[in-house]
Amino acid sequence: MISEDDVWKCLEQIPDPEIPVLNIVELGVIRKVQITNNHVTITLTPTYSGCPAMKHMEQEIQRSLKMFKGIHLKLETVYFPPWTTSWISVEARNKLQAYGIAPPEEETERKAALWGVESKIQCPRCKQQQSKLISQFGSTACKALYQCQSCMEPFDYFKCL
Amino acid sequence: MANALFNYILRLADSTIILAQRDAEWTGHGPYLEEDLALTNIALDLFGRGKALLEYAAKLEAKGRTEDDLAFFRSERQYFNAIITELPKGDYAFTMLRHAIVDTFDLLLYSALMSSTDETLKGIASKTCKEIQYHQRHSFAWIKRFGLGTEESARRVSDALEQLWPFTDDLFDQAPAEVDLINAGIIPDRSSLKPAWQNHILNLFNEVHLKPNTEAFMQSGSIKGIHTEHLGHLLAEMQALPRMYPNATW
Ligand SMILES: [Zn+2]
Repeated sequence: MISEDDVWKCLEQIPDPEIPVLNIVELGVIRKVQITNNHVTITLTPTYSGCPAMKHMEQEIQRSLKMFKGIHLKLETVYFPPWTTSWISVEARNKLQAYGIAPPEEETERKAALWGVESKIQCPRCKQQQSKLISQFGSTACKALYQCQSCMEPFDYFKCL
Repeated sequence: MANALFNYILRLADSTIILAQRDAEWTGHGPYLEEDLALTNIALDLFGRGKALLEYAAKLEAKGRTEDDLAFFRSERQYFNAIITELPKGDYAFTMLRHAIVDTFDLLLYSALMSSTDETLKGIASKTCKEIQYHQRHSFAWIKRFGLGTEESARRVSDALEQLWPFTDDLFDQAPAEVDLINAGIIPDRSSLKPAWQNHILNLFNEVHLKPNTEAFMQSGSIKGIHTEHLGHLLAEMQALPRMYPNATW
């Protein structure tokens, strides 16, 4: 008999295709796992509406859960409540930093960035706080591009949402 | 009322994917790399919103059509996108001014839809609103840059305004069948959004010394599926592959 815990453990093995240091559970896209008899329903929410990685994640989930024989898997997408960077755990933030991506600011409740207030983002390499926004849109939907004014390296910032 | 809601969702979806398609035309042609990425990301956000809306429309219709069928197998007269979204991409001033106009409208519309009594619509609106704020920040920054930049950039954005302004009323048109949806608290009355839209957009224009021609003849018709000649060309390109290979998957 498969338990919810088994499913969560399995999902934790699936890396985010664009930021492989994070798994999809840490990213906060898995909202719910429900099991009734051998029917497993997993509820997901996209980070960004057009995130091209969602399809890939769904395929990976289907592939990974094949290890449980005889289950009926159903994937559901919900948009409410909308995904927010507040759902990224502290450990995940540290992993992002170590990977070279500046994690989203803690104070996401204020959503200052959304209102055009630019804050100084810490450079994930030299840890200096003197950075400059290069572009609000980076290599993927969830990132903005900054440049450190101290070491001059450009870096990705996981922007607040 | 189910039919009115289907038509309404289709209308939202169409404006979204047609604008996305125009934005996507800049992919690989942006003025510089960061802008190329920016506009491509914005187009992706819009395609994502469009897909969510079309999925919902397909579900409401319940005739076995999928979101892809709705996107790729309808012709011009069956499309209800606001005319402003279908106009050719023009230069960068034109593209950014159109975005500023539509972003401001969308932010008001989808903010209002966040309190819809329809749960699905409310969910999609909550998701998309946060993204529109980023889009608007981007487009407004460009309008300031153009408007307060060189003589040439100011001329370009002023020309763009002359071409775009006559299509702004069309955004606020309302179908008679939408009245029931308004009364049921599912959608906002579009005319109630107009003062705030005018306020935001005219403030931006004032800041950069832009003046719309308020005497201009206002074009509308999207609510009846009436379009400029440009939509057909856009659809021909967007729909070519699924129409040539109807069961293609990728
Ligand atoms: Zn640095």
